Amino acid sequence: MTAETLIFVLLAVGAVASAIMMVVQRNPLMSALCLIANFFCLAALYLLLHAQLLAVLEIVVYAGAIMVLVVFVIMLLNLGAENRLAERLNIQTMLGVALVAGLLLELLYVLLGSGTVQGPAVATEGTAGIGTVESMGTALFGQFLLPFEITSLLLLAAVVGAVILAKKHL
Amino acid sequence: MSVPLPFYLGLSAVLFTVGVAGVLTRRNAIVVFMCIELMLNSVNLTLVAFSAFLGDMTGQALVFFVMAVAAAEAAVGLAIVIAIFRNKQTVNIDEINILKW
Repeated sequence: MTAETLIFVLLAVGAVASAIMMVVQRNPLMSALCLIANFFCLAALYLLLHAQLLAVLEIVVYAGAIMVLVVFVIMLLNLGAENRLAERLNIQTMLGVALVAGLLLELLYVLLGSGTVQGPAVATEGTAGIGTVESMGTALFGQFLLPFEITSLLLLAAVVGAVILAKKHL
Repeated sequence: MSVPLPFYLGLSAVLFTVGVAGVLTRRNAIVVFMCIELMLNSVNLTLVAFSAFLGDMTGQALVFFVMAVAAAEAAVGLAIVIAIFRNKQTVNIDEINILKW
């Protein structure tokens, strides 16, 4: 087992554990903290895949901006802990869990069973540079210029929508 | 890259499933919201893994756009949660069912 595999296994266990903790926790604030831990694990996985810019963006945008917003709203609404899972274990929840198990099997079958996806078609030296700020910037302002500009419009619409929605008198 | 691609795909599938389980079993709207973020992230991981293994950066550009959309979704979604809480004093999605029928 190489060092990279070991790091991957550690990060994967951390990511899955924090995700499960997030779903199981009854206090929404603890869920948010578990999700932040999950984001850090994913950022490290991105680094392992040579996606440096995305690793930084994962921490800055997700753990930094989005989760701060979520934690802020949780504290603003002053929510208590949810009811115990066992108290409301009804047919709907059990059906949900059964469907989730089916979905996991299906996903694993499709993703892992569909033959072998061959490794890098390009040499590793070629793939190592695709995640840098320089190459991402070149692609975003060249090949993906139109989607990039539309994204800015989307963000503007989201800002206006959030302000309108959160106003006192709708 | 000594870690094979199926490892990343399997991890991504597990994370996505945990997110779905959260959406289906939790009743707090904000936690449901965070589970959706988790699902978005698991798909991002798939895209980055394919991008790295195929030597094509289109997947990473797509992840960039997914992050931007997720940020917009977070802002609007949380604004909706606040508006609903102001009207109904709850974020329990079992009690927010006026759009259901």
